[in-house]
Amino acid sequence: MLELFAFAFMQRALLAGAMVAVICPAIGLFLVLRRMGQFGDALAHVSLAGVAAGMLMQAYPVAIGLAFSVAAALGMDWFRQSYKRYGELSVAIMLSASMGLAVVLLSIAADRGAGAGGVLSYLFGSLMTVTALDLYVIGGLGLLVLLTLLLLYKELLAITFDEEHARVSGLPVGLVNTIYMVLTAAVVAMAMRVVGVLVVSGLVVVPVATALQVARSFRGAFAISVGAGLLAMLVGLVVSSALNLAPGGVVVLTAVAILLVVAGYKRIRGLA
Amino acid sequence: MDEPLIQLQGVSFGYGNDLVLEDVDLTVRRGEYLGLIGPNGSGKTTLLKLVLGSLKGVSRGEVRLFGVPAGAFSDWWKIGYVAQKAAAFNTGFPATVEEVVLTGRAARRGLLRLYSREDRHRAAEALEQVGMLALRDRLVGHLSGGQQQRVFIARALVSGPELLIMDEPTVGVDVHAEGQFYELIRHLRRQMGLTVVLVSHDIGAVGHEVTSLACLNRRLFYHGSPADFGTEEQMCELYGHQVRAVQHHHHR
Repeated sequence: MLELFAFAFMQRALLAGAMVAVICPAIGLFLVLRRMGQFGDALAHVSLAGVAAGMLMQAYPVAIGLAFSVAAALGMDWFRQSYKRYGELSVAIMLSASMGLAVVLLSIAADRGAGAGGVLSYLFGSLMTVTALDLYVIGGLGLLVLLTLLLLYKELLAITFDEEHARVSGLPVGLVNTIYMVLTAAVVAMAMRVVGVLVVSGLVVVPVATALQVARSFRGAFAISVGAGLLAMLVGLVVSSALNLAPGGVVVLTAVAILLVVAGYKRIRGLA
Repeated sequence: MDEPLIQLQGVSFGYGNDLVLEDVDLTVRRGEYLGLIGPNGSGKTTLLKLVLGSLKGVSRGEVRLFGVPAGAFSDWWKIGYVAQKAAAFNTGFPATVEEVVLTGRAARRGLLRLYSREDRHRAAEALEQVGMLALRDRLVGHLSGGQQQRVFIARALVSGPELLIMDEPTVGVDVHAEGQFYELIRHLRRQMGLTVVLVSHDIGAVGHEVTSLACLNRRLFYHGSPADFGTEEQMCELYGHQVRAVQHHHHR
């Protein structure tokens, strides 16, 4: 079955998948530690609504999805201020609102006979149809995200650990938060094009949960999150193409399996 | 006279019509060890926020830091801060002691720059100062409360501040750790010539340590040597009806 990887489309799937598998957990680590893990999920659904709007407007859906996602991320920061004590509530509201909007827009699009089939690819991803252009866009964006995370690493860690202290110590907390939110929105919107809403939500959270089980440092948590995401993607792609299953589902299930193995190992070692 | 690091001149601050601070004059000079005391709701926290820049714009008066109006002050690394709830963080956070202490240097290093060898060296120094160097690779959530407090003091020291401000540092710390804490502050003052401001609602313990006391209850009631403070009338004036509760607090 490995001869499958000789095909160009499979190589593109692998490369695009690997990039997504690296940047989703890298972004997700900070989200989870801020107790905003669901935020990735909500943003993915907002992007979906954007894609639906894009189809209706007959514009490039990914671009509209990206615009929706960035706008939502920025609005979210403002929204979070008004629901400070119920941070998760504002995420839930955004999730329902965007799902509602997506469904309405999609039903209108379906009535007009426009691209109902295309929508499925955004829900479940379309790794096997990644074009060379997609690959360049994802690769470029991925490198940009990783570079920004590297350059803002110390600020992000300081703010994530203790936002009040970061502010008092003179860090530009608002600016860094805004950059991070825009980055998150861009990652989610782009990753959704490749792997679908389902996998984006999974890859933002599950590898991070794995890392939190065993990490002995923040640097370690970062490395383990990315490693677990990458492993899930590679194993998931190989298994799904060998058994002819939906890649997105297999990738997420693999990530969960890695989490369970690691958590189980930790539990057993703790008992011994 | 030594250089004033904090100057409040005729400062009033309020939310709506209620004044939280009224016409407060307070100067903290280099080398001073000030205990800022007052009951709950006396405006201590508000005063602190004005000095730390997390509250901006006084209703009246002026705040100066290191001689610069607070609104134009930008050398925040000169002020080390240990918050009251510093130890109330997410104990599952995956960060080592050293990683946490380094965050105290992030602002001084500047945006878009990585930590340098000097930063790591400073972090080791700060951990040495508070006696936590041996635990630098431990997860911060795995330490005891007293040890965590030392880590947060190290984080405040690592930027090389000239002024250290601590909000209720001994709340929730046992008597033994409290003794160690005051010992540590004495050590830091000797070694680094730090100017220290301790904010507390507990006159008893603070009064024995500091070189000067400031007593706040919306207005500033007293600022001077702790030896001259403590007459019954002043206590009453400061604490009003709470005086019983406060005295009760002193019994150990």
